[in-house]
Amino acid sequence: MMASSYSAKEEDGLHSGSAGLGGAAIRTRKPDNTAFKQQRLPAWQPILTAGTVLPAFFIIGLIFIPIGIGLYVTSSNIKEFEIDYTGTDMSSPCFNCSQSFSWNSTTPCRCVLFFSLDQPFESNVFMYYGLSNFYQNHRRYVKSRDDSQLNGDERSLKEPSKECEPYRTNENKPIAPCGAIANSMFNDTLDLFYIDPNGTKTQIPFMKKGIAWWTDKHVKFRNPGGSNPNLTAAFIETAKPVNWRKPVYELDTDPENNGFINEDFIVWMRTAALPTFRKLYRIIQKKNNMTPTLPRGNYSLEVTYNYPVRSFEGRKRMILSAISWMGGKNPFLGIAYITVGSICFFLGVVLLFIHHKYGNRNNSSDIPN
Amino acid sequence: MDLSSIRKLITRYCTGEESWVDSRTVYIGHKEPPPGTEAYIPQRFPDNRIVSSKYTFWNFIPKNLFEQFRRIANFYFLIIFLVQLIIDTPTSPTTSGLPLFFVITVTAIKQGYEDWIRHKADNAINQCPVHVIQHGKVVRKQSQKLRVGDIVQVKENETFPCDLILLSTSREDGTCFVTTASLDGESSHKTYYAVQDTKAFNTAEEVDTLHATIECEQPQPDLYKFVGRINIYLDRDEPIARPLGSENLLLRGATLKNTEYIHAVAIYTGMETKMALNYQSKSQKRSAVEKSMNAYLIVYLCILISKALINTVLKYAWQANPNRDEPWYNQKTETERQRHVLIRAFTDFLAFMVLFNYIIPVSMYVTVEMQKFLGSYFILWDDDMFDEELGEGPLVNTSDLNEELGQVEYVFTDKTGTLTENNMELRECCVDGHVYVPHAVCNGQILPGAAGMDMIDSSPGVDGKEREELFFRALCLCHTVQVKEEETVDGIKRGIHQGKSTSFYISSSPDEVALVEGMNRLGFTYLRLKDSHMEILNREDEMERFELLEVLNFDSVRRRMSVIVRSSSGEYYLFCKGADSSIFPRVVSGKVEQVRARVEHNAVEGLRTLCVAYKKLTHEEYEETCRLLNSAKLALHERDKKLAEAYDVIEKDFILLGATAVEDRLQDKAADTIESLHKAGMKVWVLTGDKMETAAATCYASRLFHRNTQILELTTKRTEEQSLHDVLFDLSRTVLRQHGSMTRDTFSGLSGDCQDYGLIIDGATLSAVLKPTQEGTSNGGNYKEIFLEICRNCSAVLCCRMAPLQKAQIVKLIKASKEHPITLAIGDGANDVSMILEAHVGIGIMGKEGRQAARNSDYAITKFKHLKKMLLVHGHYYYIRIAELVQYFFYKNVCFIFPQFLYQFFCGFSQQPLYDTAYLTLYNISFTSLPILLYSLMEQHINIDILKRDPTLYRDIAKNSLLRWPTFIYWTFLGIFDAVVFFFGAFFLFDNTTFTSNGQLMATNTQMMFGNWTFGTLVFTILVFTVTLKLALDTHYWTWINHFVIWGSLLFYVIFSLLWGGIIWPFLNYQRMYYVFMQMLSSGPAWLSIILLIIVSLLPDVVKKVLCRALWPTTTERIQTKRQCLTAEQSTIFMLSQTSSSVSF
Repeated sequence: MMASSYSAKEEDGLHSGSAGLGGAAIRTRKPDNTAFKQQRLPAWQPILTAGTVLPAFFIIGLIFIPIGIGLYVTSSNIKEFEIDYTGTDMSSPCFNCSQSFSWNSTTPCRCVLFFSLDQPFESNVFMYYGLSNFYQNHRRYVKSRDDSQLNGDERSLKEPSKECEPYRTNENKPIAPCGAIANSMFNDTLDLFYIDPNGTKTQIPFMKKGIAWWTDKHVKFRNPGGSNPNLTAAFIETAKPVNWRKPVYELDTDPENNGFINEDFIVWMRTAALPTFRKLYRIIQKKNNMTPTLPRGNYSLEVTYNYPVRSFEGRKRMILSAISWMGGKNPFLGIAYITVGSICFFLGVVLLFIHHKYGNRNNSSDIPN
Repeated sequence: MDLSSIRKLITRYCTGEESWVDSRTVYIGHKEPPPGTEAYIPQRFPDNRIVSSKYTFWNFIPKNLFEQFRRIANFYFLIIFLVQLIIDTPTSPTTSGLPLFFVITVTAIKQGYEDWIRHKADNAINQCPVHVIQHGKVVRKQSQKLRVGDIVQVKENETFPCDLILLSTSREDGTCFVTTASLDGESSHKTYYAVQDTKAFNTAEEVDTLHATIECEQPQPDLYKFVGRINIYLDRDEPIARPLGSENLLLRGATLKNTEYIHAVAIYTGMETKMALNYQSKSQKRSAVEKSMNAYLIVYLCILISKALINTVLKYAWQANPNRDEPWYNQKTETERQRHVLIRAFTDFLAFMVLFNYIIPVSMYVTVEMQKFLGSYFILWDDDMFDEELGEGPLVNTSDLNEELGQVEYVFTDKTGTLTENNMELRECCVDGHVYVPHAVCNGQILPGAAGMDMIDSSPGVDGKEREELFFRALCLCHTVQVKEEETVDGIKRGIHQGKSTSFYISSSPDEVALVEGMNRLGFTYLRLKDSHMEILNREDEMERFELLEVLNFDSVRRRMSVIVRSSSGEYYLFCKGADSSIFPRVVSGKVEQVRARVEHNAVEGLRTLCVAYKKLTHEEYEETCRLLNSAKLALHERDKKLAEAYDVIEKDFILLGATAVEDRLQDKAADTIESLHKAGMKVWVLTGDKMETAAATCYASRLFHRNTQILELTTKRTEEQSLHDVLFDLSRTVLRQHGSMTRDTFSGLSGDCQDYGLIIDGATLSAVLKPTQEGTSNGGNYKEIFLEICRNCSAVLCCRMAPLQKAQIVKLIKASKEHPITLAIGDGANDVSMILEAHVGIGIMGKEGRQAARNSDYAITKFKHLKKMLLVHGHYYYIRIAELVQYFFYKNVCFIFPQFLYQFFCGFSQQPLYDTAYLTLYNISFTSLPILLYSLMEQHINIDILKRDPTLYRDIAKNSLLRWPTFIYWTFLGIFDAVVFFFGAFFLFDNTTFTSNGQLMATNTQMMFGNWTFGTLVFTILVFTVTLKLALDTHYWTWINHFVIWGSLLFYVIFSLLWGGIIWPFLNYQRMYYVFMQMLSSGPAWLSIILLIIVSLLPDVVKKVLCRALWPTTTERIQTKRQCLTAEQSTIFMLSQTSSSVSF
């Protein structure tokens, strides 16, 4: 009786509120009793306690320490040789070149550095140049390029992006490739000679292809004019970057490595993350299994010194490095893995102690009801 | 009737002291008054168009945008966006423009849609036809064309188109019935009266001949207040003046019932109607969490600005060397060079701001809003809180306060209808000390064969019998109950005759219904009011007729009501019923002592008592009374005050007849709920208008007071003996002594072995305490402090004899005390509205006293017992969810932006962004948004059942404990630590080493160098994984949805990155991300370092969690651990405790 009178009231209230809603509306007001709506979905309810975390810590410790040791050993087995040829010192052979640098000089300055390798490099050797204090990651620098120009777009070739300022046009001709990055491309030439114990110099053969990302070389960078083999014609209306000695279509004689798809150029165009960086220069391939790629002995590095770094206190280096499955020499990862592994192991022990001492207390009594 | 005066108080309180507004004159039917009376001044009134919409088609875009950007957060993002547009900034404007645009658009669409709906509703209302009488004919008009002065005809079940003065009705007695359900939610029928002198103008033609003017006040929002005067010009020159009151005023929005048609004249139209004037939104309440969030925002804004400042300063220090500023390989443009250094510095500062602005993300506001909005559905859906009887579940009127439900410290509850059922039954009546008990009733229905009555005392003598019958007649006559003789009627109703439920009693006060019904069972049946005659059926089934002459309505100040009747024998009687305190002082004879004893006895039992008295009037006295009343009623100014004075003169020199006791049963599980709230650390205060003894009894019954609770009284009785000053100091000494000896922590307070105190205070004393003392400043204001100090140490406080205003005052007082506790007010009646609006969280109970409380509340529930689940479960969940949401959002953005800050040190402070634009934009929008949103909707650190069973868990989150500064600093430092790990981990991997890809990917087997975008992508990958896994570690409740969202968003990140880097996007002018992600994944060391750095970032948090859990566990954590260990045992304990509690209840 009461209930019915209430529902009559409810119905009336609904009518006054929104006409047309009949008694059916009342029934729909009752919520469905689904698990989701009642917040009773089945659920896994894990809790981080000393007991549950303990095994994880030990496992992490036990896995990380061997990995770390492995990484460390691998990394320290990788041979690496580094030589600075900036020429800031009076004693350095390149001192003169670095002092007398001028953009206008027509005759390149050359200098020769001698060094010796104590141990032979067995497998393929990677030759890098390294620059310090060179802010390739400066914002003004990073954005100063035109990707569509580099992708072979004809319009961008004639009308490069505004981002390239102030390296956009020269004498009313568009610069190709435009922008600060391209303009400042590393242009020292490094040659390596092996000096026999009897004094004869043999030049080490370099591979200059295959140093850039495959995708960069084949997709991202393209010469203008499509498949037209005549690069000179394609770049006819353009100017060379201000600081370059020769135009872009004369970077190499090999048509597969010339123009925008020159690999040295592509490597340079990938801006480095930090002000001290290395870039891959050449690859010295292993000839056969009998002789090491670079045998023990004396070498000379002949530098054509074109690239000024003195003004911003930069340094130039040449690095020879072998690689392993984990890449070049990098002691950081190994050390980090060993450290983290040990910390986890140590924490595991501490937690074991705590779990032993306090765990029981928690699980038994002490809970106010 | 009692509600109206209460509402008056509320409105006065809410809108400030009302001032007399000057009057307007309405010419009925636009007819000029006869010349010579008054100058005809045509006044301009607005038309009857209702505009509830905010925008028009033309001003929508500017107005809506203006409204949206008035929000400080939106404005901030707009500024950032504009800065990005104007100056050369590191990130493209889309990174902040897109999310902002999204947010603004979605909000605009939502608001536009709502406004469109409003427009449609407005049009429907404005164009609906109304019947207007013009030149003696009924004419159809659009509602919006209605003008003041038009005579309107309204038919049954039609809604009044504007505020009308009732002229005549189809009923002979000139009354009509109206429900105001859509105005104040009261669905009972109310009676309105036509002006006596016009009620004869029944047909359209007749009404058209009516020549009258109405003078009334200008529109004001109080629904229950109206004063005016009608001047009727009949043939004579002298107009007849009649008073108009709220009983003549039909309000727009109300509906005509049970009356065929009425004629009425429009006096307030359109936006001037009382309904439109009442159409205003409630003031915005802000939750404690929101306040913390804003505080955090300010901290982060400071961090942001200081970061930008530091970087700007360092930038200029660093590039003081021109070879750094402008090395040969990186020259500036000519325009850049020529710019003034200050302008450059300023733009640099702005650029840094833009670069770091993601630390305060747009998406946080969106996520918090969504969480609140979607989260509130869980309350709506809750099956446990659904009331089968009412067929209704809880209502959520605002979702802004969800988490505040988890922070409540003080609960202020009304008694009647909230703690109790408000289902009144007459338990006994006492006539001159003889007690009568009507037969037991069941659920409002009389049990079969229960027609007679039991007499406890021996039957009284002849004189006694006469008194007894007078008493019964008094109760049958002194009320405002209506009788409804039809199938379905609203309000409170009971069948008069058992079996044939054709008639019901209807009243706005359930007590009256209970009394009249009780009389029915005792043999006197009230039949109807007919032609101003009340007809009752006495024990001998004889009809007695009394002419109803005057009704002196109930109000909460007088706390009594009276009627003046003339019996068939021509005698004049004044019957009065009211609270004992308002009757006894006015009684001159009768068995006062016996009755008083009985009343006190009943009050202690928890019954609601009323006293009944009468006096006989001579004809002269009656005439005098009428004169008094009429002069008061006719007054235009301060009519209420004059009426009250008149009542005071009339209602005196009573002869006491007896008293009644009405029982109001406790609500189901009210005691259990109160006990739970106590255990949860909340202080429960009962604020009631009832008298002390009744209220105290209810408090004992509902276990607010225990048997061992020491009751401290702060009542008028005590302050009469001692001065208020002494009483207060006495009490505080008592309380503080105990407090000093109590050295135990707060947790053991619930063990019950220590003495707890309960305070009882009444309204009069309270106002004395709150009143600023006159005796100078020496102890002025101190009372308040002492009072608060006492209250703080009492576990329960009972405030009785409270006026609605005082209820709000108490809430305000506690709110303003120095701990600034979070308060919750719960009530069901209109008298609770003020405290519901005042408290941090207002909860309305959808009860019998209308819907006003529910409509003004933030949440509405059907039963008091649902408060338990509302607070202990929903409130708890919402709080931990939003706390984690807020902290996590700041954390993940510190992780996101801090590496960017560190990177500036290695890129020459050039504002070079570390991450690609797409990552910057999507980080907060899609990579990390869904897991936290779903977490904040689904998380349950403890099961619902445990939360309900163990209220003490609520203490773990009290005082905003998860959002305090130490926690915030912990999260921030965790974020900074993680950011440092990401950044320097990647840094050492890249720095001066040949970190390369294995290059097996694409045909060549060479080593390929990585650039700055790979560096950023590496950091970003670690970041996304760490931040998501951190949330995974915090999740205690893994449903399939959580799994789906967490693993899904990681997968989405990977797929997106593969796609983003996999194609040369034609619409982009840079291709810097091309194949970056793939090349990174093809590098072994990258994998190794990602795994390593994720683990290192998560390690400290895991260790902290485990150590805290092991060494300093909170109750919550103990319960969690315990549950894991003893699931099986627990369930049995649970069942046992359940049974024991139900038995003891």
